[in-house]
Amino acid sequence: MHISEGVLSGPVLVAGAAVALAGTAAGLKKLELDRVAQAGMLSAAFFVASLIHVPVGPSSVHLILNGIVGLLLGWAAFPAILTALLLQAMMFQYGGITTLGVNTVIMALPAVVCYHLFGPFVLKPSRVAVPAAFACGAGSVLMGAVLAGVSLMFTEGSFLEVAGLVVTAHLPVMVIEGVVTVFCVAFLKKVKPEMLPGYDAAVLQRTKN
Amino acid sequence: MITESFAEGNSWIHGIDPRLRVLWASVFAVVVAVSYAFSALFIALSLSLIMALSARLDFQAVVRRLLAPVIFLILLWAVLPWSYEGDALTAWGPVIITRQGVTLCAQITLKTVSLMVAFMALVATMTVDTLGHTLNRLRLPDKMVHMILITYRYLFVIEQEYQRLVRAMKIRNFQPKTNLHSYRTYAYLVGMLFVRASERARRVHCAMICRGFNGRFVSLRVFPPQSRNYLFSLVFTLFLALLVTLEWVK
Repeated sequence: MHISEGVLSGPVLVAGAAVALAGTAAGLKKLELDRVAQAGMLSAAFFVASLIHVPVGPSSVHLILNGIVGLLLGWAAFPAILTALLLQAMMFQYGGITTLGVNTVIMALPAVVCYHLFGPFVLKPSRVAVPAAFACGAGSVLMGAVLAGVSLMFTEGSFLEVAGLVVTAHLPVMVIEGVVTVFCVAFLKKVKPEMLPGYDAAVLQRTKN
Repeated sequence: MITESFAEGNSWIHGIDPRLRVLWASVFAVVVAVSYAFSALFIALSLSLIMALSARLDFQAVVRRLLAPVIFLILLWAVLPWSYEGDALTAWGPVIITRQGVTLCAQITLKTVSLMVAFMALVATMTVDTLGHTLNRLRLPDKMVHMILITYRYLFVIEQEYQRLVRAMKIRNFQPKTNLHSYRTYAYLVGMLFVRASERARRVHCAMICRGFNGRFVSLRVFPPQSRNYLFSLVFTLFLALLVTLEWVK
């Protein structure tokens, strides 16, 4: 989900950079010193996981996983995703200097929104947790695609068709991300539930009962 | 495998102070991103190509890196010329190709190629650790620099861990298909990567504390002054002045 260099207009790039800057500043501020290593390491895992290609019929798509990153990091998803994008730019030249801001917003803003919307539910019993996790994974891709479409539209009204194509192309990805997020959250719940949001509250409630 | 294809090299571009390279690459990117005049865009493209040549970048690698955006550009060329409102350039049957549509596509193509090549020549020619130290000197917050360098340090470790897990899956005869089983397996793979990353982060954090980590980033890197830094800045300023003149001064 990258918009390449040279496509977007100046105002859109500036707006993206401003939002990314604000989000990253907030994320860094909320990131305590003893979580810096966590955030960096999870950013590296996010980078590697986004190289995984899963089959869809005869073709394949690569995982995006910004929903899970949001769940694991909260506001720190902004600096973590910015870091991963910077490294992708350095190593694969996906994106570049001027689009770094917009691309960060496209992936990190949905991550933070999904963290706040669905984070409190992923440790609940599975009839609540499964839909929440699916919505988190699918929703973060959908929001990202819509943000990408909106940035194209604000650049040039006649990008409507292209923007439509971007969103449509992400519909199968949405479903896959939703399914993968459901299984991934279930896995983390079994293996290391303290990584998921709301763990302390859940433990507190269990000890009370 | 993840590699930094352009980072190693001993061209004169590799030898220029990284801080200057990052700064000038950013200024160049901003100027080109908002330029629309063809004269300016062609000068920008030639400047990028000259820099790529003098950085002695591997031509094939550069072309390979350009493939991903080229797919998006092809999409633009396929859609915009007929969907854009404007004067007709030619008509193929009922389909009218507009002058404005073609112009816009050409502008975007020129910008994309010159921005990407310039980035490869100026910024991708340093390793990420150099970039981290450079950004530290350019006053990026310490926490951000820590994150960039930790991510870079452990990227390759986690990639190896990923390769190991994939090998284990293959030995168990995992064959990816479009079904729930495959997606579940991939989800567990991702989950395992995150779990291992988190465990490792805990150990790394402890090790950092033992070595006196207090959040401050202490950079021991030196960027020695050189005469070519001034030459590079001078030439680049002249080129940028030319670009700005062509774009904004009629």
